[in-house]
Amino acid sequence: MSRLAGLFAQLQNAGRAALIPFMTAGDPSLAATVPLMHALVAAGADAIELGMPFSDPMADGPSIQRASERALARGVKLRMVLEWVREFRMTNSHTPIILMGYLNPVEAMGITPFAEAAATAGVDGVILVDLTPEEGRGEAVALQQRGIDPIFLLAPTSGQERVVIVRSMGSGFVYYVSLRGITGAAQADWAAVLQRVQDLRQQLGLPVAIGFGIRDAATVAQVAGGADAVVVGSALVDQLAECATDQEAVATAIRFIKPLAQAVRTAERRSA
Amino acid sequence: MGTYALPDASGHYGPYGGRFVAETLIPALEELEHAYQEAQRDPEFRAELHSELRQFVGRPNPLYHAERVSKELGGAQIYLKREDLNHTGAHKINNAVGQALLARRMGKKRVIAETGAGQHGVATATVATRYGMECLVYMGEEDIQRQSSNVFRMRLLGARVTAVSSGTRTLKDALNEAMRDWVTNVESTFYVIGTVAGPHPYPVMVRDFHRVIGDEARVQCLELTGRLPDCLIACVGGGSNAIGLFYPFIEDKAVRMIGVEAGGLGLSTGQHAAPLTTGRPGVLHGNRTYLMEDEDGQILPTHSISAGLDYPGVGPEHAYLKDSGRAEYVAATDAEALAAFHRLCRTEGIIPALETAHALAHAFRLAPTMRSDQTIIVNLSGRGDKDIHTVAALEGIHL
Repeated sequence: MSRLAGLFAQLQNAGRAALIPFMTAGDPSLAATVPLMHALVAAGADAIELGMPFSDPMADGPSIQRASERALARGVKLRMVLEWVREFRMTNSHTPIILMGYLNPVEAMGITPFAEAAATAGVDGVILVDLTPEEGRGEAVALQQRGIDPIFLLAPTSGQERVVIVRSMGSGFVYYVSLRGITGAAQADWAAVLQRVQDLRQQLGLPVAIGFGIRDAATVAQVAGGADAVVVGSALVDQLAECATDQEAVATAIRFIKPLAQAVRTAERRSA
Repeated sequence: MGTYALPDASGHYGPYGGRFVAETLIPALEELEHAYQEAQRDPEFRAELHSELRQFVGRPNPLYHAERVSKELGGAQIYLKREDLNHTGAHKINNAVGQALLARRMGKKRVIAETGAGQHGVATATVATRYGMECLVYMGEEDIQRQSSNVFRMRLLGARVTAVSSGTRTLKDALNEAMRDWVTNVESTFYVIGTVAGPHPYPVMVRDFHRVIGDEARVQCLELTGRLPDCLIACVGGGSNAIGLFYPFIEDKAVRMIGVEAGGLGLSTGQHAAPLTTGRPGVLHGNRTYLMEDEDGQILPTHSISAGLDYPGVGPEHAYLKDSGRAEYVAATDAEALAAFHRLCRTEGIIPALETAHALAHAFRLAPTMRSDQTIIVNLSGRGDKDIHTVAALEGIHL
């Protein structure tokens, strides 16, 4: 069983959602990346989304754009991101790692070399924001052949035919974009989101993660009862951007994640 | 090539084009595709577009025989397709009118656009006002500096201009920001893309709205010279004016088609905006095409004297035409474009846009190698009033 499938099976038994923080690889520093990943786990993260920086992150808001720009300015390359995952795996064999980014840097490496290197490093899933299932058949197969889940997105605007195609091609989980907007934007209607996620879980037969617009423990508590996973991105990236040293970044990450980790666990007790 | 019928049903030109966007936008692109197909079939829409192009844009514009410069060069006869005489001073208005009519038909009250040199922004602001829509234009901070008169023009026309400070602060970043706006406001908003790039159906739709350039030029050339031209030349940033001129001639195999990219400080310096000449295929802004990117797939900063060509990608149909050999792509440097700019000013009494000057530069190189009974059509895609500050500054003159 893959790490992602194992995690979701285990959490289903525990009756709670997974907490998946997002951080941009190489931000706030190159050296902080692996220690931060461990810190997230120590603070209660169940899996990690690791951002692969891209020069033109079209679907991201200012927080993650700037983090990408900073990381690229420090010289981050896709091979370095994979190397950090390998380093993380040396002392952590159980926490799923999902890489998130855009197609072009992956294509520059070549999808087959990328899938092989990612599998060797210990990557579990890959989200390419601008790769739809229609355009991404070859990429999805290349990833799956090496045991990596291609994770597709669905949005409030997605109709039934989109659900069908994502079900036929995606694995691991499906990422539900909770709002019409970019990462880090404000969210209005969580009740509608949760209703849609309930429907999608039925239709997809895959775990559904909710992301975009979740910034604090209160919101995590609100959505965790109705989803398989909750992704928190921009809010963490904002906090890390303020940190002057790697030690401060690690301490900040732990302080920020702990209440969120508590919130997914509390939400479980409420629904149990 | 056989009968040319691209793009295919999913918006591909061979391996290029397609639809590479965040899931949130897919339904909006499907809605747009259906609305556009319906509009195309609707005689009322076509009649309205035709009427607007005549009454508001001022079409047809002339195909002008540039006799003095042709004589001076001593070779082929150069004809200029006078898109600079359109309302707002460039070809961009053809597409802006088409998309705005489509937006109105779809019931969208708000239009957004990205702009580089500001010509597309001005065109969009113009049609938005004409059809009573709210208009917001995204423009890179650097381009706002370079093109302050166009910024003011957009504001006069009632549009809001938002400065984009991310990335390289030029056209590509303005496009990113417009996409982000569209993702956020997808139900109320129509995104008027200004070039033949972006996710399907934009490249085909923008091409169709600009093909009037080539359709007119073809008829006019036959009238004036009794035969088809030997060569078509147009500048290529995203490539909208070039595809507009080229497309109606694609099946006329004897007609050479040459796109001229921005060679900047020279191709060997890396300081240019010539993805077709120097780049490789990749995915950016919703489509697969030739890009200027580094070995890690990060998009490279570009340089051109002309803001309108300062873009690291190019329309996917140009990528296809390059690979298939049907069109050729070359580059002209900043200096060559400037020399051509001055030459046209002084020989023909026409101040061309700096973008257009790149096409002229290549025409002036090529004409002397051809016979005097041969014909080159250059798409005079825009007028240069917007560029006089840039040109003056290069000569140390402060206006």
